[in-house]
Amino acid sequence: MASQAPPPAIELVGISKRFGAVAANRDVSLVVARGSIHGIVGENGAGKSTLMSILYGFYEADSGEIRIAGVPRRIRASADAIAAGIGMVHQHFMLVETLSVAENVLLGAEGGPRLKGGLAQVRAGLARLSRDYGLAIDPDAIVGDLSVGLQQRVEILKALYRGAEILILDEPTAVLTPAEADQLFALLRALKAQGKTVILITHKLREIMDVTDRVSVMRRGEMVAHVATSETSPPALAEAMVGRRVLLRVEKPPREPGPPVLEAVGLSCRDARGTEVLLDVSLTLHAGEIVGVAGVAGNGQSELLEVLAGLIQPSRGVIRLDGRILTVADRHPARLRERGLMHIPEDRQRSGLVTAFSGAENAILGYQHDPVFGMGPFLSPARIEAHAREAFAAYDVRPPDPALKTAKFSGGNQQKIVLAREIEREPRVLLVGQPTRGVDIGAIEFIHRRLLALREAGVAILLVSVELEEVMALSDRILAMCGGRITGERAADAADERDLGLLMAGVTDEAA
Amino acid sequence: MTMDLLQLIALVLDSTIRLSIPLICAAMAGLWSEKAGVVDIGLEGKMLIAAFASAVAAFVTGSAWVGLSAGILASLVLALVHGFAAITWRGNQIVSGVAINMLAAGLAVILGNAWYGQGGRTPSLEGAARFGDITLPFAGWMRENLQGLGLIYHEVVSGHAAPAYLAFFCVLVTALVLKRTRFGLRIRAVGENPAAVDTAGISVTRLRYGAVAISGVLCGIGGTYLAVAQSAGFLPHMTAGRGFIALAAVIFANWRPWPALGACLLFGLLEAIAIRLQGVTLPGIGLVPVEAIQALPFIITIVLLAGFIGKATPPRASGLPYVKER
Amino acid sequence: MSAAPIDLPRWADVALVPLVSVAAALLVAGLVVVGIGENPLEATALLLRGALGSAEGIGFTLYYATNFIFTGLAVAVAFHAGLFNIGGEGQATVAGICAAVACTALGSVPGFLAAPLAILAAAAGGALWAFIPGWLQAKRGSHVVITTIMLNFVAATLIVYLLREVIGKPGSMQPETPDFPTSAVLTPMHRLLAPLGINLPATPLNTSFLLALAALFAVWLLIWRTRLGYAIRTVGANPRAAAYAGISPAAVTMIAMTISGALAGGLAVNEALGVQHRLVLDFTAGYGFVGIAVALMGRGHPVGVGLAALLFGVLYQGGAELSFDKPTITRDMVVVIGGVLILFAGALDGLFRRLVASMLATGRTA
Repeated sequence: MASQAPPPAIELVGISKRFGAVAANRDVSLVVARGSIHGIVGENGAGKSTLMSILYGFYEADSGEIRIAGVPRRIRASADAIAAGIGMVHQHFMLVETLSVAENVLLGAEGGPRLKGGLAQVRAGLARLSRDYGLAIDPDAIVGDLSVGLQQRVEILKALYRGAEILILDEPTAVLTPAEADQLFALLRALKAQGKTVILITHKLREIMDVTDRVSVMRRGEMVAHVATSETSPPALAEAMVGRRVLLRVEKPPREPGPPVLEAVGLSCRDARGTEVLLDVSLTLHAGEIVGVAGVAGNGQSELLEVLAGLIQPSRGVIRLDGRILTVADRHPARLRERGLMHIPEDRQRSGLVTAFSGAENAILGYQHDPVFGMGPFLSPARIEAHAREAFAAYDVRPPDPALKTAKFSGGNQQKIVLAREIEREPRVLLVGQPTRGVDIGAIEFIHRRLLALREAGVAILLVSVELEEVMALSDRILAMCGGRITGERAADAADERDLGLLMAGVTDEAA
Repeated sequence: MTMDLLQLIALVLDSTIRLSIPLICAAMAGLWSEKAGVVDIGLEGKMLIAAFASAVAAFVTGSAWVGLSAGILASLVLALVHGFAAITWRGNQIVSGVAINMLAAGLAVILGNAWYGQGGRTPSLEGAARFGDITLPFAGWMRENLQGLGLIYHEVVSGHAAPAYLAFFCVLVTALVLKRTRFGLRIRAVGENPAAVDTAGISVTRLRYGAVAISGVLCGIGGTYLAVAQSAGFLPHMTAGRGFIALAAVIFANWRPWPALGACLLFGLLEAIAIRLQGVTLPGIGLVPVEAIQALPFIITIVLLAGFIGKATPPRASGLPYVKER
Repeated sequence: MSAAPIDLPRWADVALVPLVSVAAALLVAGLVVVGIGENPLEATALLLRGALGSAEGIGFTLYYATNFIFTGLAVAVAFHAGLFNIGGEGQATVAGICAAVACTALGSVPGFLAAPLAILAAAAGGALWAFIPGWLQAKRGSHVVITTIMLNFVAATLIVYLLREVIGKPGSMQPETPDFPTSAVLTPMHRLLAPLGINLPATPLNTSFLLALAALFAVWLLIWRTRLGYAIRTVGANPRAAAYAGISPAAVTMIAMTISGALAGGLAVNEALGVQHRLVLDFTAGYGFVGIAVALMGRGHPVGVGLAALLFGVLYQGGAELSFDKPTITRDMVVVIGGVLILFAGALDGLFRRLVASMLATGRTA
């Protein structure tokens, strides 16, 4: 019997990888059966992407063994992985946007020093793959002109053209519309039917339940569970991911909302390419309420936050603060801060902090013109440090060292620095993006408590998060967004995940 | 058309070609490097060191071809220094380029002065130590028998030194290799998105070193032409900003080989006209301000970069060291 | 060669790494000296004696250092805003032109105002020539590196034209202006200090040295102690965070370039107003490019810039003396050292940090 069974497609044994002081993978083992769809779930930073990068030769493991189809392999570069029949669709596509589809597929598989023969082969190969899997594409289209969904198709075609037997997809649906995601899953099933092996990395449990055969759970760099999908449930997986029963039911005393503070009517805006990323969005924030925005990443939530915070200008629409229409001059981050509209940005490392600065210097970012910090045009280092010392103590920033370079604080403590900075000035409106992304459990609770305390104090809060549970637990009202529009609104106590999921997928109330 | 005017045009075009050759070599060099994502403002320095090394080697051995080899070798060494800093150590490519320009300018003069004691100049080259002008077949016959066309062929097309023809050949090779070959495809890809090249199983480092080395070789040809064909020896600062004009030509041509050739010829023509008009008084204008013509390539490039006419789009990853993201 | 940043103690970062790269650059220079058949130790001794061995030598050294303080600060200020200004040469050239034009127009101005106005004209000229690329970068996205290079050449042709056709000395074949009015030129230090009983030999050192020291302090104050400096550093380190903080990266880009250009104009103040008392062609003489080495070695900090400028002052003056004794070692040696230093302290910074880190590690285990 044992001699009959084919060896598993992939075996990882005791893989460890450190980046400086951080152990990204610790003694990770994984077995993926041939012809199966295997899910790997875990929170952000759990080590999923690192593990797959090791399998794909992007990094080399510090220790451990990789066996492909039962044969031990050293995978030191992507070329080794490709030779071993592994293909990978990265979260950020590895495409050359100025080249055509055919040239992108050809890259690395040219088949000779001249391109002519290879290009003909690629055309034939793409036609064959299009027949076999329904993956139609124009080989002469320039990749930069394609939609995100089609670009992902090019990535998959690249792997298949190279004869990949094992396909790794890293968070493939993060950028897809629900319809595109369904197409993708149909494709994955078709690949499986052809005997190919698929590894799907995601943090969306619904996808795991829908499409995988088995699932492995990672937490803090370690593998904590391997189960057959049919024998598990989303709550069980969530528990395994987080490490204990998730109790996102935070204490939220009922509260009558106060008068409207921030109103937006008919906001639209375009991105650099001229595509409308925000379409006719209207909303009202009342004092003492948390309004949550639920949606798949990239459906206009970021732009909504940035427009309200004055970072980008809307192409149409009106914003009122305290009943007064904001002019173009008013819609400037500094002016808005003066009027009590504070903003905790989605990506603290890229926009909320200057990681090269000391903690103290970051604690005044956006408030550098405050007379408290110095006379006239000057800034006083002593006052800046004293201010930071106080704020760090109040918000339990560890280590409480204002002179420490911000890059050296952990994610949770960096977020606390931002939080302290924006909250301590008693905002009247607080825009919050992904407040707990990449933050450890203890800090999550701390942040949630603070936000609820602000609500209690009468602050109007707009909360944008891709974590649906977080939105549901904290909000009084929930707005669902899809494709730049608000597709529906629910009172928090009347909302359920299924219903919100439909709204996030663009199934609007009118259509339903 | 009078024969005099035709003769004048032929002379200006002839000197256009001569003045364009170093620009063409350096522009192709810059094109290769920048297409691969390595910004190269050290074209000037590499040409200068090549001019010096070729002049010295040609003088010592009496062979222009040995001079060419030495010029290429010296330029290649500086190119590899640039690669070591920019690719291996992911240093700032502009800083490295500035360093190479200064290093070349200082080193050439010091060594030249120490060896020959003529303030950095090398002894003048004669005979086989210098590239002579090659008369193409039928040049004389065409001149005799075909009026205008024959004159142009005789004066403009024929009668240049071997490295000049080599330079034009390099444009053809550059265009073909970039467009039609595996290496060219990979170079075009690595300057846009090195991660895509890396994940396709190709070494980013090797590709970029390859491009930087080609840049070195091409600057070597350009520098050698200056010292061993156009002049009869090395003079301090003899590149006189040509590396930067070539850089301007690359930008002007939006990083495409044939348009870059066109831009170099245009800038060469401007220089040829400026030399012709030196000290000439034209009716209505007075003494021609040749400086205005000399400044034109730089001004045109600034206007172009500002997007007032057209738009210059460099390879997306140019100037960025490749670091695998975590 | 891993991508992980190399963590060094602060003292090693600010002092040891630059010192090691200076030592390595001097070693390379020593090899060149050996290569041309001279004794590097003897050359070093001659160089140091020439630069520091006499009051006259020190005066010349400080005069050269003045140039490097200005051009080094110019590069450093732009660096803090994340900009690479290689246009110091061109900016100083235009500064010189403006100072010269101001001097011809200053005949009627009271004497005590003439020099300050000429200095302001120089600063304004440098600022203008740097504002153009700053504006182009901020508003049109044109890369400041390329535009400053191009503007260097435009300035170089401009000064040739102007000296020949417009502001040149009538009847002179030399590309130079007539002498500036004496009220507009800066006092030499030996004459300034003579009434105080301090007798110095006559050197080109003039009051622009004091101006350079003031500029060092002012730049320190600006970058580390003002709200504008905070904005400049924020834009340099993270433009997105700057926009979030209500700081306009475009405005800061233009302001930082303007300040940078005005500082580069200090080169014209020292050379034209302080020493030559007229405008001559090529007075910038590559000082602008050496400023890049000064800024890189000084890590963008005014203290570091001051020390690096002093080092280059020693090399320039000592190099000049050395070339009298050893004609084979010309002053171009300083250009080589500058180039090697830019390479080592700038482009190969990673290598030298790695070297220092492993030096420290062996030091600890030993």
